Amino acid sequence: MAGMTAATLTASIDPPPGEQASARRRGRPRFGRAAVLVIFGLYFAVPILASFLFTVDDPVKGFSLSAYSQIFSVAGLWPALRLSLELAVATIAVVYLLLIPAVVAVRLGGPRLRTFVELVCTLPLVVPSIALTAGITSVLRWGSDNMVPGQTTFIQQLLIDIQNPSFPVILLLAYVVMALPLAYRTLDAGMRALDVRTLLEAAQNNGAGRTRAIVTVILPNLRGALLNTAFLTLALVLGEFTVSSILGFVPFAVWIVNGNAAGQGPVTVAVSIVSLVLTWLLLLVLSAGGGRRGAAAPANQ
Amino acid sequence: MSTAAPATNDGAVAPRRRPGSLLRRAAAGRLAVVPLLLFVAVAFGIPAVAMAYGAFTTNTSSTPGTPSAFTSGNLSASLQGGYLTALIGSVKLSAMSALIGTVGGLLLAQAVVTSRFQALRHAVLSASGVLANFGGVPLAFAFIATLGNAGVLTTHLHLKDAGWSLYTFWGLNLVYLYFLVPLMVLSVLPSLDGLRRQWREAAQNNGATTWQYWRHVALPVLAPSLLGGFVLLFGTAFAAYATAAAMVGASVPLITLQIANALNGNVAADAGNVALAMSLDMVVIAVLVMAVYLPLQRRSARWLV
Repeated sequence: MAGMTAATLTASIDPPPGEQASARRRGRPRFGRAAVLVIFGLYFAVPILASFLFTVDDPVKGFSLSAYSQIFSVAGLWPALRLSLELAVATIAVVYLLLIPAVVAVRLGGPRLRTFVELVCTLPLVVPSIALTAGITSVLRWGSDNMVPGQTTFIQQLLIDIQNPSFPVILLLAYVVMALPLAYRTLDAGMRALDVRTLLEAAQNNGAGRTRAIVTVILPNLRGALLNTAFLTLALVLGEFTVSSILGFVPFAVWIVNGNAAGQGPVTVAVSIVSLVLTWLLLLVLSAGGGRRGAAAPANQ
Repeated sequence: MSTAAPATNDGAVAPRRRPGSLLRRAAAGRLAVVPLLLFVAVAFGIPAVAMAYGAFTTNTSSTPGTPSAFTSGNLSASLQGGYLTALIGSVKLSAMSALIGTVGGLLLAQAVVTSRFQALRHAVLSASGVLANFGGVPLAFAFIATLGNAGVLTTHLHLKDAGWSLYTFWGLNLVYLYFLVPLMVLSVLPSLDGLRRQWREAAQNNGATTWQYWRHVALPVLAPSLLGGFVLLFGTAFAAYATAAAMVGASVPLITLQIANALNGNVAADAGNVALAMSLDMVVIAVLVMAVYLPLQRRSARWLV
């Protein structure tokens, strides 16, 4: 919110027609800004464009879109993508269920609760995903190493069940842990813009229970932060490679790397570009929509 | 605990304003944190404890069920020879790319913040969200297609004759920056928005040059978020595995590649516990970096009040 106001202010003040006094001084940063934007624009655009050239470059015909048409027929892509999308939806759902009540509680509770929850949600940042994977493999190996044929204990059966390749719950657990730091910060920032206590008390004075107050009053006000969390989590799960590849599952990113190693170079690069651009467009639509609401708010006051 | 339950009921009951309800609400509020804590304890705590336990134990016999013996051998093995080289390589690469990423991200974010075009802001922010979170696989391929041995730019600009290779320290730096710069943009942008235009005008009215304004006003105010950004970037680069794994044949030794090799059983049989010890090394380094940052941040935050 504050960000939007500051940006709008700059936008309206920046080009003053009359003032000449500091024109020279202001001219320089503007040139610097253009240079920075051009350099970074090139840095971020060239690899994407070069990958596109790589995918359409055909040694015989010179130009061919066959890498893109193969996306619809290449073996293994759709099962892998479906697994990733299912995992993403499940991860988003679990993150919402765990974090929304917690963030509301943190807003209402004292500073000590707040520090504690913040610490817990930041913890996964200190344990890199590969270290988490190492821990997970040693837990899973403990299950299979101590297995006596014919007599599996409840815990061992559970450890086998969460590795079911058609929907590996173990990946869901890892992804939720990995999504926690960012999701917590996004939701907490969204919540900060609201006066949660007043909203909840108003709803409860009107007879709504806490759950209902959260669902019908708080959540609609959090729409932007909720959508942001969902899309960032989606991007994280779609691109996740470390945990899934070491544990031996084949979701989207692992399929891309395996396919590339198996000689399907152009198709896998094409899939990479398409997935990047699609996710970006989704997020762009979302941020443009959210921005318009955000920018409109100060004007109405 | 049972007294807290009615407070979460839906609104079938008439509005309650009894004195006890405030206390009950507070208790119910605390309880809402419990599922999160339980989840973290199971999904994060158990693997973390297993990792730390495995790092200090060894399985001397291969028969199942035998208790493992405590040892510090894994840790000392993880800090020797090739493993140590990989650890140092990771720290160097992360520090360098985080440093460049912090400066580059600050420049880009400042350019976006001062721009008149809202569309640019939306485009950069959403692209940053994707690149910072999507992970390294597509990025690695994009760079291989661009600057790899047979990449578009490499062949057209004859970079190979100039000694260029993507699979070196600086090549990996270049690839890492592709997701580190966006991460820095995301983390520093709110603070840049918080810089008041009046501060700059006040500095200019007092005759300060742009450099003096940045040196004495803006950078000190931004210091905590810049430091926080650097730590975040370092942690991300340090933990990065997908990029390096997808760029097969990179000659830069990295700790994440070593751990993955050991976990996949590509090396000696007992390397599993050494992998856990290396993971513990990584956690220790990450904690140290965090620990350096936290007191610094508190000190800088005091200046902001």
